[in-house]
Amino acid sequence: MNLRSKDLVSIKDLSAGEIEHIIETAAGFKDVLGRDIKKVPALRGKTTVNLFYEPSTRTRTSFEVAAKRLSTDVINIAPSTSSVVKGETLLDTARTVLALGADIVVIRHKCSGTPHFLARNIDASVVNAGDGTNEHPTQALLDLFTMKENKGRIQGLEVAIVGDILHSRVAKSNIYALSKLGAKVRLIGPPTLVPDCLRDLGVGIYADMNDGLEGVDVIMMLRIQLERQGKGFFPSTHEYFRNWGLTAARVARAKEDAIIMHPGPMNRGIEIASEVADSSRSVILDQVTNGIAIRMAVLYLVSGVKE
Amino acid sequence: MAKELLDKKDIERAITRMAHEIIEKNKGISSICLVGIQRGGVHIANRLRAKLKEIEGSDLPVGLLDISLYRDDLNVRKDQPVVRRTQVPCEINDQKVVLVDDVLFTGRSIRAAMDAIMDLGRPSALQLAVLVDRGHRELPIKADFVGKNVPTSMNETVIVHLSEDGVEDRVVLE
Repeated sequence: MNLRSKDLVSIKDLSAGEIEHIIETAAGFKDVLGRDIKKVPALRGKTTVNLFYEPSTRTRTSFEVAAKRLSTDVINIAPSTSSVVKGETLLDTARTVLALGADIVVIRHKCSGTPHFLARNIDASVVNAGDGTNEHPTQALLDLFTMKENKGRIQGLEVAIVGDILHSRVAKSNIYALSKLGAKVRLIGPPTLVPDCLRDLGVGIYADMNDGLEGVDVIMMLRIQLERQGKGFFPSTHEYFRNWGLTAARVARAKEDAIIMHPGPMNRGIEIASEVADSSRSVILDQVTNGIAIRMAVLYLVSGVKE
Repeated sequence: MAKELLDKKDIERAITRMAHEIIEKNKGISSICLVGIQRGGVHIANRLRAKLKEIEGSDLPVGLLDISLYRDDLNVRKDQPVVRRTQVPCEINDQKVVLVDDVLFTGRSIRAAMDAIMDLGRPSALQLAVLVDRGHRELPIKADFVGKNVPTSMNETVIVHLSEDGVEDRVVLE
């Protein structure tokens, strides 16, 4: 089976079957990560360019490791060190990158829709590594992969996503993906960050943490961006933790075998208590490993699509 | 037109003979590991394992090997092959590994499988068992254990039907 598009720019564009296919493919790649020789020759001779217009260590490193495990060459371009600061347009940068021989461009940009624009304008495969507040598709795919590994299914799961939904591309991609695969999503957080209009996405909205966590299978915490402080979204990090921080007592509201997820980096003591983050039910580090497997699967599958 | 090459009984006899040959060549089965190539080879490997257990009384682990990431045609083929699991539960280093596949044709899958195995460890020897050898090798590869040699022409296809896939055991030429 092939993906329909040479690009992976959003979960919205994927069918349920495509999402499942990516997750199943990732399981095969995870086997590779457990070996002494953690490398396969599948994409030998191809070149991947990481074009990151926003600071990122985790996602960029994860893509870089994934690309290297597939034997592609990797070039990292960061705006602060590139000609972008000299005024070059995005499209010119991308064309230059192509002229250097790139087959896959992984892009992160603060403006929503940038990967879509690039995908329409260049022949190389474009993979979205996060665009503004729109989507972060590979994060959602790795989250679903982790849920499937732990729960054996996605269909029918009750998933609570807690925190700054409004500004979160991770939350949006997860909502789209989980809905397509038949899971039920609840969003929990202060009304300033979880506005009621999100109900239109077919999700439940809860301002009260204890109500929202009742009986869920998965608790997905989001990072509270400290730069949102003092902008009227919530009074203080201390108060945020008191109302929406994940503590052991709150975890007890969820199902007994519920798993705890976080895309990282965590703010311990702000959105999640240390004892919870380090507990046996936390799968936060599994998410990191699964992220490499998912990105390998995505790079492998998009490079198989010839348009 | 489909022509039957092997029926259920023939397949069983071939497996029995191959099992005996594996035992003879390796002087028992204590230092060998069976690895089936996804997917058809896995079924044959499982049958060999059952037969070896029947004869020798001891059980062998069967490994699964996916070779799609080692193929030499990834750049040219239209569809990206489906990546399946690779799980080799036995030690590879300094063991004799018997690779198992259903049909041996150009030898390219076996070349890929050899590379895949070498990335998992360094076996003391690598042997090849196939249910059907249909000829037309494009690489210098030869099987150690063959269920049946079948002369074919390039435009024919050998299809192995096995009960593991919910159909009756038979090998046909189309």
